[in-house]
Amino acid sequence: MTRFLRLVGRDLRLALRQGSDASIAVMFFVLCVVLFPFGVGPEPNILARIAAGVIWVAALLASLLSLERLFQTDYEDGSLELLALSPVPLEAVVLAKTLAHWLVTGLPLIVAAPILAVLLNMDTAGFGTLVLTLAIGTPLLSLIGGIGAALTLGARRGGVLLSLLILPLYIPVLIFGAGAIDASLHGLTPRPHLLLLAGLLAAALPLAPWAGAAALRQAVE
Amino acid sequence: MPVFTGSELTCLRGDRLVFTGLDFRVAPGEALLLLGPNGSGKSSLLRMMAGLLKPFRGRLAWDGAPVPDDPDGHRAKIHYVGHLDAVKPVLTAAENLAFWAGLGGAADPRASALAALDRLGVPQIAGVPGRYLSAGQKRRLNLARVLAAPAPLWLLDEPSVALDRAAVALLEGIIAEHRAAGGMVAVSTHADIAMPGARELHLDDFTPVTGGNAFDDDAFGDGGIEGEDAA
Amino acid sequence: MHRFANPARFQRLATAILPWSAGATVVLLVVGLYFSLFASPPDYQQGDTVRIMYIHVPAAWMSLFVYTNMAIAAACGLVWKHPLADLFAKAAAPVGAGFTAICLITGSLWGAPMWGTWWVWDARLTSVLILFFLYLGYMALVNAFDDPQRGMRAGNVLLLVGIVNVPIIKFSVEWWNTLHQPASVMRMDGPTVAAPMLVPLLIMAVAFTLYFVTVVLLRLRAEIVQRRIQTMRLTQAAE
Repeated sequence: MTRFLRLVGRDLRLALRQGSDASIAVMFFVLCVVLFPFGVGPEPNILARIAAGVIWVAALLASLLSLERLFQTDYEDGSLELLALSPVPLEAVVLAKTLAHWLVTGLPLIVAAPILAVLLNMDTAGFGTLVLTLAIGTPLLSLIGGIGAALTLGARRGGVLLSLLILPLYIPVLIFGAGAIDASLHGLTPRPHLLLLAGLLAAALPLAPWAGAAALRQAVE
Repeated sequence: MPVFTGSELTCLRGDRLVFTGLDFRVAPGEALLLLGPNGSGKSSLLRMMAGLLKPFRGRLAWDGAPVPDDPDGHRAKIHYVGHLDAVKPVLTAAENLAFWAGLGGAADPRASALAALDRLGVPQIAGVPGRYLSAGQKRRLNLARVLAAPAPLWLLDEPSVALDRAAVALLEGIIAEHRAAGGMVAVSTHADIAMPGARELHLDDFTPVTGGNAFDDDAFGDGGIEGEDAA
Repeated sequence: MHRFANPARFQRLATAILPWSAGATVVLLVVGLYFSLFASPPDYQQGDTVRIMYIHVPAAWMSLFVYTNMAIAAACGLVWKHPLADLFAKAAAPVGAGFTAICLITGSLWGAPMWGTWWVWDARLTSVLILFFLYLGYMALVNAFDDPQRGMRAGNVLLLVGIVNVPIIKFSVEWWNTLHQPASVMRMDGPTVAAPMLVPLLIMAVAFTLYFVTVVLLRLRAEIVQRRIQTMRLTQAAE
């Protein structure tokens, strides 16, 4: 357990000293959402209608943006080999790195989301659900994306390839996430959506690190 | 302390058969020197010993207990130093080293990191971020890992690259000490690293004569000629 | 299992099977097309448009069938490390993607007269579209590495991740669809299929399966030969 925390701590320290990844992801998220009024027009009703979907799609893209580098630098400088050879199981390494990635890129999205919801004129009834879905959904995005990041290590055009592989797998998260907000906006209970999201998270927590570790083992072979 | 052995090892890289039928044995206090031209599989053998590369055929064992039965135990017994130095540019040398020491199970990672840097003759780089280190200093930092956390078997792939004469002498002393304490080493090298009494393994002895590949019958070891072909 | 995983033995087996499977494919396709285009009655509601179904439905079956097969081969490849299992998934992917594309195209061709639009976000259509993306992703990943072995291994993991996700995606899309588009949307279900329609449908399904077998065998053979050439080049370079 202390080793696991050591891994998380190292990744957090690396991210904080490099400093760019976290801020770029959240800036991208904000810009992406801000573009929509220019595309569909400033009509408040239309914006309020699409707010939940827009914020969720932007969150997907923002999380993808930083995923490419999840294992990339460790792979290039040889750290990944050493991590694979350390006494810590590789599954735990994947989980630790994913957790660090989420803390650095996922949490800021959750904080920024309500501000964007205000900009898009979303009804306040949906704010709580928005934050809640992102809190359950963004770790899920990091977990699923981590598999893709591990699979595309060493590939040509890894970043583009990563989006091609991962975006279809993100669809259920998007459906339940945006669906929950829509439900609260229409005065319905978002509970079933949230439970399904939580179920997906519960399934992904053990499975995604396992698949990611399998992919990493091939990458360092 | 147990004996590390490999028997009937076959290494396949892509479709190329690198070596086949290779046996080795390292007992406590012993050193194995891997020799051979480029492409003869020195690095591959070390990666195989480390467990990064699965042997296509053959087995690795500690005192006869196969490595795949206890991969966690195996990883706890080895240190691997490869071509890449695994130095993070934004962390200081001491932070870099302390992380690996902690992961390897050192009780006080920071103290053992500083001691290891001292032993490799570079105590002054402890507070220097990785991006300002020279190639030789990064190499020493990487080698310091094997001292920062204890493990009986050291696998060193071309450790003398980028090192000056003084550093190589230091390394020789460190290896001798490790062996005297019952440790084992396997080293691949082109340059001379003095290791008295080291067993030499010439990898070109195990290079297959013909360019065999996975898509020939014999690579599956069961012969392939059936009645219809013979007829 | 190991017997057939030996590439040389596989080559002999493939040579023996190929003429038969190729011949049967052609015969069944001709017979099936004749039945479905001429010798079956038009639907009382849909008229001749119903004949698209004889291509569309088997293609939809095949798109799932091929993906499942690829995932099974991927599991075998990962567990037993057999070169043929890896190659199978790689060889089958474009064929599966082709069936999926046919399914999507015929689906929208059918939709144009029946629904009055080329595309609706119907749960089934959407699921098949996502399946198509999964195929494309797999093919892109397998070809993205300099070492073909590594590409196929990575592809195997992706296939297993994909096959776990297919039911989840399917379920979520259906859930989403019922929420956003209440019962007004027409379903592809149609009336229960009568026997004169079922026979050509089944013939076409068998023909498609045989076509798949034939093409995959051919592609596997070509792939193995290509690997041999590669090895010869490598050996020459080493000398």
